[in-house]
Amino acid sequence: MRGEFPRIPSGCSISGIMDTTGRRMTGEAVIKSIATMHDRSNGLGGGFAAYGIYPAYRDHYAFHMLYHNQAARYDTEEYFKDHFVIDHEESIPTRPVPTITDPPILWRYFLRVRPDRLEWAGGPDRERDFVVSVVMHINTGIPGAFVFSSGQNMGAFKGVGYPEDIGRFFCLDEYEAYLWSGHGRFPTNTPGWWGGAHPFCLLDWSVVHNGEISSYGINKRYLEMFGYKMELQTDTEVVAYLFDLLCRQHGLPFAVACRAFAAPFWKDVDRMPEEERAIATSLRQVYGSALINGPFSFIVATGRMMVALTDRIKLRPMVIAQKGDLVYMASEESAIREIAPALDRVWTVKAGEPVIAELGRGIVQ
Amino acid sequence: MTSWLPAEFHVRIDHARCRRCKRCIMNCGFGTLSFADRVVADDRKCAACHRCATFCPEGAITIERNALAFKHNEHWLPEYRVNIIKQAEQGGMLLTGMGNDKAYFSYFDHMVLDACQVTNPSIDPLREPMELRTYLGSKPEKLEFAMEDGRLVQKTRMGPQVRLDVPMIFSAMSYGSISLNAHRALARAARECHILMNTGEGGLHKDLYPYSDRVIVQCASGRFGVDFDYLNHSAAVEIKIGQGAKPGIGGHLPGEKVDQEVSETRMIPVGTDALSPAPHHDIYSIEDLAQLIHALKEATGWTKPVSVKIAAVHNVAAIASGIARAGADIIYLDGFRGGTGAAPTIIRDHVGIPIEMALAAVDDRLRAEGIRNRVSIICAGGIRHAGDMAKAIALGADAVGIGTAALIAMGCRVCQKCYTGNCSWGIATQRPELVRRLDPEVAAGRLVNLVRAWSLELKEILGALGVNAVESLRGSRERLRGVGLSDTDLKILGIKPAGR
Repeated sequence: MRGEFPRIPSGCSISGIMDTTGRRMTGEAVIKSIATMHDRSNGLGGGFAAYGIYPAYRDHYAFHMLYHNQAARYDTEEYFKDHFVIDHEESIPTRPVPTITDPPILWRYFLRVRPDRLEWAGGPDRERDFVVSVVMHINTGIPGAFVFSSGQNMGAFKGVGYPEDIGRFFCLDEYEAYLWSGHGRFPTNTPGWWGGAHPFCLLDWSVVHNGEISSYGINKRYLEMFGYKMELQTDTEVVAYLFDLLCRQHGLPFAVACRAFAAPFWKDVDRMPEEERAIATSLRQVYGSALINGPFSFIVATGRMMVALTDRIKLRPMVIAQKGDLVYMASEESAIREIAPALDRVWTVKAGEPVIAELGRGIVQ
Repeated sequence: MTSWLPAEFHVRIDHARCRRCKRCIMNCGFGTLSFADRVVADDRKCAACHRCATFCPEGAITIERNALAFKHNEHWLPEYRVNIIKQAEQGGMLLTGMGNDKAYFSYFDHMVLDACQVTNPSIDPLREPMELRTYLGSKPEKLEFAMEDGRLVQKTRMGPQVRLDVPMIFSAMSYGSISLNAHRALARAARECHILMNTGEGGLHKDLYPYSDRVIVQCASGRFGVDFDYLNHSAAVEIKIGQGAKPGIGGHLPGEKVDQEVSETRMIPVGTDALSPAPHHDIYSIEDLAQLIHALKEATGWTKPVSVKIAAVHNVAAIASGIARAGADIIYLDGFRGGTGAAPTIIRDHVGIPIEMALAAVDDRLRAEGIRNRVSIICAGGIRHAGDMAKAIALGADAVGIGTAALIAMGCRVCQKCYTGNCSWGIATQRPELVRRLDPEVAAGRLVNLVRAWSLELKEILGALGVNAVESLRGSRERLRGVGLSDTDLKILGIKPAGR
């Protein structure tokens, strides 16, 4: 089914919770939080990303896979064997939920890159590029197979349904993570497809996104120049890849990359002190095609950070809260109050200004 | 010998209205009108430039197409018969001015833009910021930063960038082909709008040196007016390889247009034909171009971007890739609708390809090679309105060049007689009595209005698309759809058909 859809615009709810000390919690809180915003989704997509869930395989690439048929699974496994050492594999545990119907084949693998392949790819420095190329190959080259997530000590759980039902379906109350993000989807005119749900993931990146990226066309063509393949026809995908390109490949600090994605307006740049102005100008000149335009708020996470960002005129909502070491980010304050009625601090983010929570440091920006 | 050619137009004078003020006679640059008891017209000289009709205080003049019927023939159109008569009489190449006027298929007219409905909001440019600022110049593939004493420090050095407040420039039109007053108007308007004008290949008159930060100076095969001073009185330097109206052909400025001032600016004797060679005689391959690019960068202390202007021809994508790799910072693509002061009609009308196709192919090629960041693309050749501009940007242009549109704003009626030097509007002429009538102040005001009008329209288009920066439209072909195009056309343009 992949690649046959037109691009699907959608509205949504998003929620994220991070314990900045790294203490782990079950998925119950994030499910409860996202369920509060039930009316922001329409039952055609829900999903979660969880970090810290596989301590026993913390250095393995945990591939969460969707297969539409057994043939796709065999093809993918052959491909995996050719590139990785598979240390463990299993079906992703689920429990029956009446509203979740017709699930695809869901499987997970804990992989190490085969040393000979790593050498061919150019050594340990290229390991992550190698994994990215594998993901791109599966998503575009193996019919009926799709990578949900491919990071270390993390995973994505998503599908067609309301997010609270998807959470129960995947038994997320039985996982423990220090960082959870969740998403409820309100797509328009979509055929139900599990791969189209959020979060979108690549390596350790996960993105849950509310909004539509009106600059999708150029963001996509820009990323294609660097070898990324946008096969999912969903604009959220470009966010994950843009973070991967700017932060991992180009080495930009998080906050700087966010300034490229939601660039300050020229009228503000022109008033900045000289050095800051020069940097903002260069960023805009070099990364103009990475400017994410249109209404959005998203939560991006990696193993170490959780970032909230909105578009530069803030056409989508985003609320941040803090309670001790816990940081909350959500579309609505109600989704936070539902699970943490007493908060130290609650505020709405400013348009285009990132809020960054870091493991071991709390909110750093 | 009296020509057998029929007049193209009839000048009708309503003698009941005419007060015999003779203003029309004074205004006609072509000597069409004279006075013999009343105003009489030699129809054969009329170019339909409308100058007389525009300035007749009584509204007594109308210009009509000569209704003289030719026996209908779909193959031997009257135009071809007339051209053969001309050549039979004179034995020469036919010359013309302005861009290709034939009924070739227009891709611009078969592409439509997107707009937001419901799922993403459109943005109102009257209430929200809407950014058109564009920088021309080579950009690095990525930026490197370091933290020093807790401060973010940019390690990557940017090459020279030229800022445009609207993604458009005035296309290359040389002093010589157009008048000094026209150049003055373009320079003033470019400064006021914070865009650029382009000298064309005729040098920059010393009077315009104060505007040099808004001027692209051209270095063409004739090297007219090129010296160290000229190169450094610029915002950017351009090597002109080709021109859309006459790909593969040099420049043609008839000696009649080379007066004292033009002579000094071009650095050639008064009255000599200024014929720039077809190729640059120091560029016979891409490595020679690379040398000239570097020589110009050296001459300008690496402070100015270097542009290379080429005509849109069949192999334009590969050529553009070579130019980018040769070190150019800007590629200026000129399509087959692009204008000219003088060109052989046969070349203008039959050589070169549509700019839409050329632009799409070049942008695709540079992206496929991962070098799109290295160059800015200016797209020119028949941009008629802000819709064309928006579509060109969506196909991948950083900015568009407007020549004919700028001339029309100054008064031009596209009569295509630029090569005669008789322009009644004082634009494409060096005759002092004609040049004098073009007031640079007034013409600059009209140009500023045009740029402003198009910029407002472009902002409306961006707002409707739900984006507030021109970068988000640039190369975003997802926002274009084709109407009535073949699968092959769609594929080359990289767009979907309407309905998909």
